[in-house]
Amino acid sequence: MADAHVEVRDLCVTVRGPDGAPLRIVDDISFDVARGQMLALIGESGSGKTTIALSLMGHGRGGAAISGDIRVGDATLDGVGARSLAAQRGHRITYVAQSAAAAFNPSRRVIDQVIEPALIHRTASPATARQRAVELFRALALPNPETIGSRYPHELSGGQLQRLMAAMALITKPDLVIFDEPTTALDVTTQVEVLQAFRRVVREQGATGVYVSHDLAVVAQMADHILVLNRGRVREQNDVRTILEAPTDDYTKTLMAAAHPVVAVAAPAARAPEPLLAIHGIFAGYGPVDKAGRPANPVLSDVSLTIGRGAAVGVIGESGSGKSTVARVVAGLLAPTAGQVTLDGEALAQTVSGRTREQLRRVQIVFQNADVALNPAHNVGDILGRVLRFYHGVSGAEAGRRVAQLLDLIRLPAGVADRRCGELSGGQKQRVNLARALAAEPDVILCDEVTSALDTVVRGAILDLLADLRRELGLAYLFISHDIATVKALCDDIVVLYKGTRVESGRCESYSTAPFHPYTDLLISSVPEMRTDWLADESFRNSAPFAGMNEQPALCRFLPRCPVAISGRCDTIAPPLQSMAAGNIILCHRTEEELAR
Amino acid sequence: MKRRSLLRRAGALPLSGKIGLALVGFWILAAILGPLVAPYPPGAFVSEEVFAGSTSQFWFGSDFLGRDVLSRLLVGARLTMGLSAIAVAIAVALGTGLALTAAVGPRWLDELLSRAMDTLISIPSKIFALVLVAAFGSSVLLLTLIVAITYVPGNFRIARSLAVGLARLDYVEVARARGEGRIHIALVEMLPNMIRPLCADIGLRFVFIVLLLSGLSFLGLGLQPPEADLGALVRENVSGLAEGALAIMAPAVAIASLTVGVNLLIDAATQGNVK
Repeated sequence: MADAHVEVRDLCVTVRGPDGAPLRIVDDISFDVARGQMLALIGESGSGKTTIALSLMGHGRGGAAISGDIRVGDATLDGVGARSLAAQRGHRITYVAQSAAAAFNPSRRVIDQVIEPALIHRTASPATARQRAVELFRALALPNPETIGSRYPHELSGGQLQRLMAAMALITKPDLVIFDEPTTALDVTTQVEVLQAFRRVVREQGATGVYVSHDLAVVAQMADHILVLNRGRVREQNDVRTILEAPTDDYTKTLMAAAHPVVAVAAPAARAPEPLLAIHGIFAGYGPVDKAGRPANPVLSDVSLTIGRGAAVGVIGESGSGKSTVARVVAGLLAPTAGQVTLDGEALAQTVSGRTREQLRRVQIVFQNADVALNPAHNVGDILGRVLRFYHGVSGAEAGRRVAQLLDLIRLPAGVADRRCGELSGGQKQRVNLARALAAEPDVILCDEVTSALDTVVRGAILDLLADLRRELGLAYLFISHDIATVKALCDDIVVLYKGTRVESGRCESYSTAPFHPYTDLLISSVPEMRTDWLADESFRNSAPFAGMNEQPALCRFLPRCPVAISGRCDTIAPPLQSMAAGNIILCHRTEEELAR
Repeated sequence: MKRRSLLRRAGALPLSGKIGLALVGFWILAAILGPLVAPYPPGAFVSEEVFAGSTSQFWFGSDFLGRDVLSRLLVGARLTMGLSAIAVAIAVALGTGLALTAAVGPRWLDELLSRAMDTLISIPSKIFALVLVAAFGSSVLLLTLIVAITYVPGNFRIARSLAVGLARLDYVEVARARGEGRIHIALVEMLPNMIRPLCADIGLRFVFIVLLLSGLSFLGLGLQPPEADLGALVRENVSGLAEGALAIMAPAVAIASLTVGVNLLIDAATQGNVK
């Protein structure tokens, strides 16, 4: 490529390893990006993708040594003065980080932060910078582009902040924009809007881009070329279509397969298993409870579900839907203000302190983030041994034997027992996290986003493990996730929560074809597909007739976002529960025929 | 294995940390071995001359009564270090213990303890010590207790904020969901994860206590003659200040080097260079 805007040759990044020896985390990478093109760096965590992206700005994280040749425009890695990469940072080369919420200064108005790069690098006067910022806000489809800038970061949503951060990156009309997992922390429905905005603005500005992601389907919408990385090495490098349609490298194939998890073992889907755990009409929330028994921040309203013995029930919803609160109520960590949890027909006390040890043993909870769910001060053997001693009174050599058995059950070598959790990989930690629940020999495990923090390949392995355990031990799961593909792969029944209300529930199969609740429909259609033409250019969501309306607890909670809301009905009375022919129950005014369309 | 990793940790310290480590190590050695290697008994009048300069016989000269300064310094260092260490141990045990109680206990207990500590912290430490010494007379036991109690609230605040932060973490939630008792949660799940930041706090409090003890002694409210800690050594030789006598410089430098050394070591060790 003669007109390559970015040229990287033999890039190596070396850090000092834990034992003091030099460790090469990026090994001999070469690539070009033509002007106006978008290159995607894709790989799991630890593949070196962010390190490469940062080295394009001449930046190495603490103690990292960069070698090789990097040229961006007329600036080079070893250039002097204005022709070095570091001098171009924030001006000709800009960066959009993963968590915009953490990247904005909470005490300053966003407009001041968005135009800051232009002022620092003196590319525009404050007035013209503001004008350009408003243009960018409009191009990024932000609401009220004229006035949104005068708000503070905490007044804006994660998706809006991410778009504002892109505006900040584009304000200096850069030659190269680096997007580092910009949508990973967002809900799937928000991700679509942000991706649409990014793609439009990048095309309009004709900017050259590098897009870092672990998600092939997202990248397929954004990039022209893809570089597949694994452990700091290039596995495959080609244009998007070729990679998606005819991947040659085994690792790329693994990545593609893992993106759409299919649990290999057929789950023993008993049609009507005897009910094991049931939740009836739960209301719960946080903050002080008023006289009428309503908490200051109500989260769940009237949620019911039943888990049969050995069954898996999935709960999906976006952040703020109250799905984790369901698990906390069931585990007795949060007392519901109304409603009841029953185990084998026997009512459980509202909180842990009122339950018997036997009841506690039968219901175990596993949290999302194994990094904070496992005590860093103890080794794996102690963590598992404590549960054995607590519930089964087992200690000494017998406990050691049981720990080894548990580790075998989760497919980890017995030697792990002596290691601290900090020495384990993310996938291993999540297995230990599961093993701790298994040590209690429970009847039901509450899995709160247990696969969300994991890479796609590791996620697939954990899902397989969960399915195996269910078959071998007859476990039941309450599986909470924001990812409908994961839930579909593992569960028999699925409940969809929206703002703490159950909008749809039914068998897994009924989520394959319409009719859906409009929100379920939105969730399903928002999951990126592995083809380049999936992302529509126009937002299909601008059509909600009640978009400006505030939510009202007495009406359908989804009303402000619903594209099929009926004027005069949805905005006046609460929606009824309707049973569909496929067996799923939907909370909506629309009839089955209307929803099926 | 343990010793090797400690040595490696010491080697990984930045220069300021190494200096701090050397100073602290020197004073710990002096406190342990001091009285054994002291050339003269601390109370013996061995010199004809008062406020003598450095000679081959008396390395740090003689004090206002003609006693050997070096010998008195070595004994004084042991008293200062020993009392401070005991006081800091009491302060941290009480402070952290109450903090854990507040963090895992019911809300009203947390409020009660926190407000009680706020009350205690609002009393100026020197005045508090003055009143108690005036009321009960000065003794080693009373001094240690006063100094320890003075530093309980500070440690309580730090330990409580650490413990409250930890109490929200998932592994503590898991233990709670398992049905673990409060004592188990406090001692097994939370305490081991507080040790590191608490060590920094212990070091700081140790320095404050050294200074408070020395200050009290300087005011004449601390250890009573013939016993003397470093602060008392400064006070009793204060009449030599005009002559710039070694007898007053040496204990002052000792206090300074000990406190500066501890601070340097803490700063270096908590900057994350030692992991």
